[in-house]
Amino acid sequence: MEEAVIFAGFGGQGVLFSGQLLAHAAMAEGKYVTWIPSYGPEMRGGTANCTVVVSDEPIGSPLVSRYSVAVVFNNPSMLKYRSLVKPGGLLVVNTSIVEAVAERDDITVLSIPATSSASDLGEVKLANMIMCGAMLAARPVVSVDTLRSTLTAKLPGGKRHLLEVNLRAVEEGIALARGQFMPA
Amino acid sequence: MTAQLMKGNVAIAEAAVRAGLQAYFGYPITPQTELLEHLAMRMVELDRVFVQAESEVAAINMVYGAACAGVRTMTSSSSPGVSLMQEGFSYIAASEIPCVIVDMMRGGPGLGNIQPSQGDYFQVTRSAGHGDYRPIVLGPASVQEAIDLTILAFDLADKYRHLVFVVGDGLIGQMMEPAVMPEMRPIRPHPDWAVDGAVGRPKRIITSLNLTTEGCEQANKRIQARLQIIRENEQRSAEYDTEDARILIIGYGTAGRVAQSSVKMARQMGLPVGLLRPITLWPFPEDRLRSLVDNGVEAILVVEMNAGQMIEDVRLVVGRDVPVELHGRMGGAVPLPDDIVEQVQEIAAQIGLTRASVV
Amino acid sequence: MVTLQDELVRTVVYEHPKALTEVPTHYCPGCTHGIAHRLVAEVIDELDIREHTVVVVPVGCAVFAYDYFNLDGVEAPHGRAPAMATGIKRSLRDRIVFTYQGDGDLAAIGTAEIIHAAARGENITTVFINNAIYGMTGGQMAPTTLPGQQTTSSPRGRDIRLAGNPLRITELLAQIDGTCYAVRRSLHSVREIRRAKKALMTAFRTQVNGLGFSIVELLSSCPTNWGITPPDSLKWIEDNMVPFYPLNDFKVSDSVLTMESGA
Repeated sequence: MEEAVIFAGFGGQGVLFSGQLLAHAAMAEGKYVTWIPSYGPEMRGGTANCTVVVSDEPIGSPLVSRYSVAVVFNNPSMLKYRSLVKPGGLLVVNTSIVEAVAERDDITVLSIPATSSASDLGEVKLANMIMCGAMLAARPVVSVDTLRSTLTAKLPGGKRHLLEVNLRAVEEGIALARGQFMPA
Repeated sequence: MTAQLMKGNVAIAEAAVRAGLQAYFGYPITPQTELLEHLAMRMVELDRVFVQAESEVAAINMVYGAACAGVRTMTSSSSPGVSLMQEGFSYIAASEIPCVIVDMMRGGPGLGNIQPSQGDYFQVTRSAGHGDYRPIVLGPASVQEAIDLTILAFDLADKYRHLVFVVGDGLIGQMMEPAVMPEMRPIRPHPDWAVDGAVGRPKRIITSLNLTTEGCEQANKRIQARLQIIRENEQRSAEYDTEDARILIIGYGTAGRVAQSSVKMARQMGLPVGLLRPITLWPFPEDRLRSLVDNGVEAILVVEMNAGQMIEDVRLVVGRDVPVELHGRMGGAVPLPDDIVEQVQEIAAQIGLTRASVV
Repeated sequence: MVTLQDELVRTVVYEHPKALTEVPTHYCPGCTHGIAHRLVAEVIDELDIREHTVVVVPVGCAVFAYDYFNLDGVEAPHGRAPAMATGIKRSLRDRIVFTYQGDGDLAAIGTAEIIHAAARGENITTVFINNAIYGMTGGQMAPTTLPGQQTTSSPRGRDIRLAGNPLRITELLAQIDGTCYAVRRSLHSVREIRRAKKALMTAFRTQVNGLGFSIVELLSSCPTNWGITPPDSLKWIEDNMVPFYPLNDFKVSDSVLTMESGA
């Protein structure tokens, strides 16, 4: 099993942290994993993405041409990555912001109003955790339990007080996904 | 020792600390800056030396001074900064003293960009400065290997009193992977040639000046003899699926790692493809390559993130014995496994290998 | 009874400094490098720091200074002596490290290194030999060449419209916070030579006391490349260089004053 997951959005949407969380969780499950960010001169507000490859075997290329999962947080990312999801793969879309539609019938598409749901939880920055929860509900690249324990262990010190609400956001993502998709 | 998820740049920096790095001098440049930033914190915390120099020229000359003083020392930079350091490399080589240089290569020439590149292969494996010498050059392909080779770099530098490069790119530097960090090593004592104050002994001088023809030629011969020993003893490489390979891919660092996926894909298609991944770029693993060519390899595909630099070393080894092709990407582009496989398929067709004939 | 002859034998009035080797220098007749070497060596002897001192020599006429100083030494790339000295001093905090640099080395190709060594307040000492010319390469214009001064690369005299004005580097370094001591002296007369030694003593003592970056500029002669006799070259320093390069203390920090008053 090798999964290539891309998280893409605006800088500041927690895209890179989502990928790192998945990478930590994969490592906790004893899997091989690589995490690579896009990096460029933009520090804030530009586009950001990271690729996480999770595998049962040693990983060759940490870069791939096509992804098994794309988690897109904004419209430019949707336009760029919707066609790069492998047939049978998963596309998780933040429909609070993304206007474009997937135009694919050979993949699973989850429409998650992550940004507005995060606002409802009281913190717009929780959108990334909602997206992570939704992704794992549809495709268990790692188990949700591992994600929870990793989040508990890895949330930066200054944000410890936000642990509860982060965990709630993951649950919210799972619930939103289950409304649209029942895993076999 | 448990694995931690670590960024390549940080892993190299911490590995250097564990190897007993006593003095670091550097200048910020993307994509190696996390390395400098990690050491800015760690070296001061450990009461060791960290100086952010005014330029790469100053940084390498501070390294030169610290190496003369007898401490384990290093600098790090990226391609344009490494160009600026060439003066110091040459003096350090001539002075026969150890130091470690990390080059996280980026797209060039000129200011280029900050994306992954292997455009410095010539710059680091030829002489990296004026005069006749070659540095030892190590090219890791994973975060763990970056750690291991950084430690090795310090040991080789001391063993041969020579400069050793660890070369990567933004991909190796920015990538996070699980890796195990070794225990902290004790600081090694000053070597017996160090210029550290002539307490109760005759004075010592370290100089690269050698005005007589005879003296300068002798010094060159001494360096060349030492390089020959390195060449005979320090060639290192990794291999995948080479036992029955008839097409051999050769790539190092990021390119080698990407090619590993291509080998897997080609094997699934039934093509007898293997990978030779040089770990020492100088000395180039010519002995191993020679033996692979003598044992059934019929064609070679060199994968590089440049216009074809290492391919010259490959051709020096294999001559015209087998065809050698290049899959080269430039300007910060990273080759992708599928594209490499496509070229492998073309080569297979050219040398009369079909899926049917090998299955 | 002590005879006059015994007294003469017992009273040592001149000896070879321990910090200098017995190697004859290669400097031209009348060159003041030899005087500068001897002054530095005497200071090192008097401070009893010979075994704890490392010299960083430049590219230029003083490139072989490591042969003449009986000290551990290194030879730096052109202009990089302050960077090398930084690497050495930071690695050997209890050692005394000084650079010995000419005006081409320090004030042209090595400007960045000297300014930033001072800016970091590196606890090193620089002995700066200013003879207004590139000596070793055969008398080309230096950053310190005087307006109108003829050199092989300013054959009609330094034209400030083309080559700009000379750089008063010690004044410049005196502006930097990390500099604790920046003075100019000259080697053209016995009186000035004695003053130069005092300044060198102060500079090395600032380093022993960890006060920061110190520099002593010494106006020096180059009879060979100036094309005049050694006596005339000393007069040329006095008549032409001293008016342009005043022999002043440009910076003596409070910490240095405290050190001096406590001595």
